[in-house]
Amino acid sequence: MSRDRLRSLPSQTVGPFYHLGLTANTSLGCLTRPGAKGDHIRVCFRLLDGDGAPVPDGMVEIWQADAAGKYDHPDDTQEQAPDPAFCGFGRLPTDADGICKFDTVYPGRVPDGRSGCQASHLNVSVFARGLLGRLCTRVYFEGDPGLVEDSVLALVPEDRRQTLIAGRDLRQPGQWNFEIRLQGERETVFFDI
Amino acid sequence: MKHYPRPEQDDQPPFLYPPYTSTVRRAPAKPLIQLPHTLSELTGPLYGHNPIGETDNDLTRQHPGEPIGERIIVAGQVMDEDGRPIPHTLIELWQSNAAGRYRHNQDGHPAPLDPNFTGAGRTMTDHNGNYRFMTIKPGAYPWHNHPNAWRPAHIHFSLFGPCFITRLVTQMYFPNDPLMPFDPISQSIPDERARRRLISHFDLSLTEPEFALGYRFDFVLRGREARPFEGRP
Repeated sequence: MSRDRLRSLPSQTVGPFYHLGLTANTSLGCLTRPGAKGDHIRVCFRLLDGDGAPVPDGMVEIWQADAAGKYDHPDDTQEQAPDPAFCGFGRLPTDADGICKFDTVYPGRVPDGRSGCQASHLNVSVFARGLLGRLCTRVYFEGDPGLVEDSVLALVPEDRRQTLIAGRDLRQPGQWNFEIRLQGERETVFFDI
Repeated sequence: MKHYPRPEQDDQPPFLYPPYTSTVRRAPAKPLIQLPHTLSELTGPLYGHNPIGETDNDLTRQHPGEPIGERIIVAGQVMDEDGRPIPHTLIELWQSNAAGRYRHNQDGHPAPLDPNFTGAGRTMTDHNGNYRFMTIKPGAYPWHNHPNAWRPAHIHFSLFGPCFITRLVTQMYFPNDPLMPFDPISQSIPDERARRRLISHFDLSLTEPEFALGYRFDFVLRGREARPFEGRP
C-alpha cells in the first residue's frame, strides 16, 4: 500500500557546450509561420550576471499561448483550436552581448484558474553555465490592460514587479526589450514552480 | 488529475554553491517566489520541434567512419513519480568524445577531436516511455574551476516531459568513477541518495555481445496522480 514514491531527478547545469546538443537548429528563434494570426512582435532578451556583465553562454527558452490565448497542448481545454501557423515554443543561445531575439506574436490572455484571465505573458526558462538548475521567470508587457488584475504579478512585491515587464524599444517598432538580471540590485524575479 | 508537488529541497542543488565558482555571480540572491500552477505551467511544448533523423539516436553512425572509443548503449525509461511511463517525449543529449573533448569552438582542452564523432543526439521515448542511444563512452576532462579540476565522465541530457513544470536538464554519470567525490557540480546536490540517482548502472542485459557495453539510466520527472485525500480542498 505505502509503496515509496519515486523522486524526481536532480538537475545539473547545461554547462558551456550545450550548443552542440540544443541550439544547432537556429530556426527555434522564430515561432511563426506565414499566416500566423495576431500582432507580430520581436522580444529581445539580454542576460546579465551579478556584475552587470553580459552572459555570453546562456540559453533562453520561451513557451506561450497563441494570439487568441490558446496553448497548443491537450490540457488546454478551451474550445478554440490552436493557430496552426504558430508554434508556442522557442529556444535560443545568447550571443557575446548576452542577447537573443525571438520573433513571435503578442500572446493572448489565458485563464487564471479562478474566474479571470492572466495578463499576456511569456513563460521563460533560463539555463547557463553556473546555473545548477533552470531559472523560471515571466515576461509581461508594458501597458497591457491585464497587468493590474494578474494573479501572479499580485504575488510579487510591488517594488520588484517592474523586473517582469518588457518595455517597447523606442527605435525599433514591434520590438520589446527584457533584461534578465541574475543577481544584484535590480535582480529579475524568478519563480519556484 | 496529475499534480506537481515541489521536490524535496535536498534533492536539488542550490543555485549558490561557491565550490562551483561560476555560481557566485550567476545565482539569484533574492528568494524565488512560489508560483501557483496555472494553465501556463500545466501545459508545455510536447512534440519534437523538428523531425528525428535516422541516426539521431546512434552517435556512432553519424559520419562516414566509426568513432574511436568504447561503444556503449545507454537505455532506460522516462517516468513520473508514480513510476508511470511518459511516452513520446523528446530526449536530447550531448557529450565529449572518448578523449574528453567537445566538438565546440570554446573547448580549449588539448585532446584530439574525432572526425567521426559529433557528440549530439536525440530521440523520442516509445509508447512505454523507453529510449535507447548508441554512443561512445565520454572521457573525463579538465576544467578551470579550481587547481587540477577534472569533470567525471558524463553525458548531458535534456527532457521536456508533459508540461512546463517537468522540464529537466541534467547529467548522467558512470558507476565507480573516482572523480565524483572531487566534482563540485555533482556534489552540489545535498542529499547523497539523490546524487546517486544520477549514476547509471552497468546492465549486462543491455549489452550487445561482441559489440557494445550497456548502461541503464531511468529518468524520473516531476508529477504524480492525486490520491483521494490529496485532491480535497
